[in-house]
Amino acid sequence: MTIAMTSLELARWQFGITTLYHFIFVPLTIGLAFFTAWYQTRWYRTKEEKWLRATRFWGKLMLISFALGVATGLVQEFQFGMNWSQYSRFVGDIFGAPLAMEGLAAFFVESTFLGLWIFGWGRLSEKVHLACMWAVSLSTMLSAFFILAANSWMQHPVGYELNKATGKVELTSIWDVLTNSTALYAMTHTMLAAALTGGMVIAGISAWHLLKKNEVEVFSGSMKIALPSLAVAGLATLAVGHFNGILMSEQQPMKMAAADAVFKTESGVGLSLFATGEFKGNPEETNRNVKLPNALSFIMTGKPDSEVKGVNNLNDEYRQRFGDPDSPDYLGSEFKDMDYAPIVWVAYWSWRVMLGCGFALALFGLVGWWLNRRGKLADSRRFLKVALPAASLPFIAAAAGWIFTEMGRQPWVVFGLLRTQDANSPTVSSGEVWLTLVGFTLLYGVLAVFAGKLFFKTASKGPAEIEEGDEDKPYLGMAY
Amino acid sequence: MEDTTTLQFVWFLLISILWIGYLILEGFDFGVGMLMKLIGRGNDEKRTILHTIGPVWDGNEVWLIVAGGATFAAFPEWYATLFSGFYIALFGILVALIVRNVGFEMWGKRDSAAWRNGWEWCIALGSLVPALLWGVAWANIIGGTPIEPVATNGVDSLEYVGNFFDLLSIYALLGGVASLAIFFAHGALFLEARTEGEVRRKAQAMAVKATPVAAGLATLFMAWTLIRQDSLEILSLIAAAIAVAAFVFAALKAKTQPQKAFAGTAVGIAFYFIAQFIDLFPNAMVSSVSSAYDMSLNVASSTNYTLTVMTVVAVLLVPVVLLYQAWTYWVFRHRLSAEGVGDVKTPLDLLDKKKEAAGGSGSDQGTGGEPAGS
Ligand code: HDD
Ligand code: HEM
Ligand code: HEM
Repeated sequence: MTIAMTSLELARWQFGITTLYHFIFVPLTIGLAFFTAWYQTRWYRTKEEKWLRATRFWGKLMLISFALGVATGLVQEFQFGMNWSQYSRFVGDIFGAPLAMEGLAAFFVESTFLGLWIFGWGRLSEKVHLACMWAVSLSTMLSAFFILAANSWMQHPVGYELNKATGKVELTSIWDVLTNSTALYAMTHTMLAAALTGGMVIAGISAWHLLKKNEVEVFSGSMKIALPSLAVAGLATLAVGHFNGILMSEQQPMKMAAADAVFKTESGVGLSLFATGEFKGNPEETNRNVKLPNALSFIMTGKPDSEVKGVNNLNDEYRQRFGDPDSPDYLGSEFKDMDYAPIVWVAYWSWRVMLGCGFALALFGLVGWWLNRRGKLADSRRFLKVALPAASLPFIAAAAGWIFTEMGRQPWVVFGLLRTQDANSPTVSSGEVWLTLVGFTLLYGVLAVFAGKLFFKTASKGPAEIEEGDEDKPYLGMAY
Repeated sequence: MEDTTTLQFVWFLLISILWIGYLILEGFDFGVGMLMKLIGRGNDEKRTILHTIGPVWDGNEVWLIVAGGATFAAFPEWYATLFSGFYIALFGILVALIVRNVGFEMWGKRDSAAWRNGWEWCIALGSLVPALLWGVAWANIIGGTPIEPVATNGVDSLEYVGNFFDLLSIYALLGGVASLAIFFAHGALFLEARTEGEVRRKAQAMAVKATPVAAGLATLFMAWTLIRQDSLEILSLIAAAIAVAAFVFAALKAKTQPQKAFAGTAVGIAFYFIAQFIDLFPNAMVSSVSSAYDMSLNVASSTNYTLTVMTVVAVLLVPVVLLYQAWTYWVFRHRLSAEGVGDVKTPLDLLDKKKEAAGGSGSDQGTGGEPAGS
């Protein structure tokens, strides 16, 4: 990589960096908001003090994550116009609608009711206060739905028509866009990922305190809810992810071929577990390749000897489809000899990293649930020691999932309609993108240090201490 | 050039409302953010100032996010040209808003003077920069910028072809300084209306000085804007006159009746920008190169179908949003004072009280009555 990158390459780096950074906080916020609401419900119902303490404690951590999610989300909202103006012109008629709905239906609720929740302790009735927390939790999920519907449209465009005169796409059915099969899968998968993230962070931090015998009541209570949730969400993620993969092999077979480093169309294909080499179509095989016989064919279709399409064959197919003037999907003569394959090793490894983390998380949840049910959790020091480092797994999995989803779609930004290379802003110079890329990256780096420190400090203090001292007194109006 | 359709007009109206809502609401957040550093002395006062906007600033900022999203949905060409064109300015605004948002969250989290001071600067500058730059940006949008057709992949689009410094004309800078002064005064009045005691006294002193300055600068900017018009737009003249009257009213009431004065700056801000939106209509972007390159709303717009869908969504949701946001302001209507900080109770204290009343042993987590800053 040379320093003289084009504004396109820089814009891609910027999008990748800022989005992945935003998505560190997104699943954590969604997950923790949900569990906080759950703990608060327990408090409301039972009036047992430990649940109140749990609510306050996990709520504090949720707020830190939320603040960072909001700050980084701002950049996302304007980035399409700043760096991707051709994209914005092309898809605005369709993509803008879910984005605007997200703001109107979700962000307003989220931000307003969070303010009410933070400052409403003791001011609102307990019931209304609890309802505020649930409003926050539900609206974080709703916001995820709209943005995922927008993203899924880029993966699998539906409900549109290409206007040949203007060269832009036009919306024909908002219903089709919001019920896009890709969107429904992405939503389910991402919400489960958020539950895993929240649950695992709670389990990790609780384990750390349990090891030190801090506030055992609060943390074993937290565990009692988090562990079964992890087990259930973990298993469900495996199932939904599997069907998501099958859907992808219909909608974007190239992405899945790349994910499995299958270059030539074959029947009865094995599942590659570990491969090295150049991951190039020629000489069409990876070097060392450990395979599970027939497993891939089985996973993709349910039949062990079915056909799986390869990267090279798909490349020929797409050249025909998009580069032949007689084809209904014809886009232009330059599409005749394009390379339609994404970077294969990225797809291959990002998918495997996500899967690996998925299996590990499901296993962790099941073991924890079992230990807890048999009352052995407090004595299983080994399990408790694993828990804190394991809390990094869902973050790694989610980042890998996005890298796979987005980079596996390349060279398209909107599948079959618009290439990434035609999507960026023509009037923004590479110098300008350098400035914002370096600026945002530095700013995000500094924020990571502050937010990370604060998060860990708050987490390590435990429920009692964080209520003490001068820090973050509740709403002053309470003094009246 | 085709005329604006009814739906396009509706969306222009709605986007104007979203922007105006944003500027009125976050406008006082900006003012309060600057005042926290300027007049707050000691942690109690600063926290009091911070807490006047604590429950609402994020909701206020969402008005901007929705204005952005609505522009994307209804006028994609506008969204694309504006944000890729005003690239560096927007970058500055985003960085400022980010450090400010994080500052709100971080300020109270560590008991160290250096820590607090650092975040106070973040909050102050993070409020000042957007207060200034939004004014510059809007002056440029209505005043016109170098916009020309640019061909990419054989398709023409109207693009901003200037650079960041082309945005800094005297006229635009005046717009920026005026908006800065307006938001500063608006924030001072808000603080005066929402607090008691020492903080209120200092806010009042600021408001009394700042509001006439804001009124003066606003008048100057609007007069210049009207003079620049090719043919005087009567509606925009009326709006400008109402804005001036409202700001003058605010200046007169600043000392004795902060609530009324605050309502005055709110109305003033609304009409100040209404005048600008009237001036802009029926365009989304004005070209300083040639009026042939003005981007009309019609050219910028989405299809009728998308606009219809979005209209339904907006009609259903906007009233609900207004209702619950108004409710928030109602819940947090009580005046705050730094003198009350010491009595603050956490929910856990309340629990202890209950326990004590029941004769149980209180737990050790109390902070009630403890003086702040300890
Ligand atoms: C699956 C979920 C998801 C995904 C893929 C994204 N976001 Fe996000 N976003 C959220 C889920 C979310 C959230 C959970 O709703 C957040 C995170 C923390 C928070 O406060 O709200 C949020 C915050 C957030 C905010 C601030 C809202 C506020 O002030 O309350 C904006 C403007 C965006 N996002 C915009 C975007 C854009 C334009 C994205 C596309 C690139 C994007 N987000 C990806
Ligand atoms: C829900 C919204 C979206 C999310 C969460 C998302 C997420 C991501 C992620 C995680 C990456 C990986 C970056 C990398 O490492 O290269 C990525 C790449 C990218 N995304 Fe998206 N994306 C979204 C929407 C969009 C949109 C609307 C565009 C419009 C142009 C876009 C364009 C890109 C581009 C150009 C890259 C770089 C790909 C590469 O470098 O190979 N994405 N995105
Ligand atoms: C082992 C089980 C898993 C399987 C089979 C699986 C499968 C998939 C597939 C096929 C995609 C691509 C969808 C697309 O391209 O649109 C995807 C995306 C994604 N995955 Fe996974 N996944 C698994 C586990 C996980 C886990 C544990 C997490 C996080 C905790 C996760 C987070 C994500 C995210 C955030 C995306 C991008 C959003 C989306 O497109 O749905 N996945 N996953």
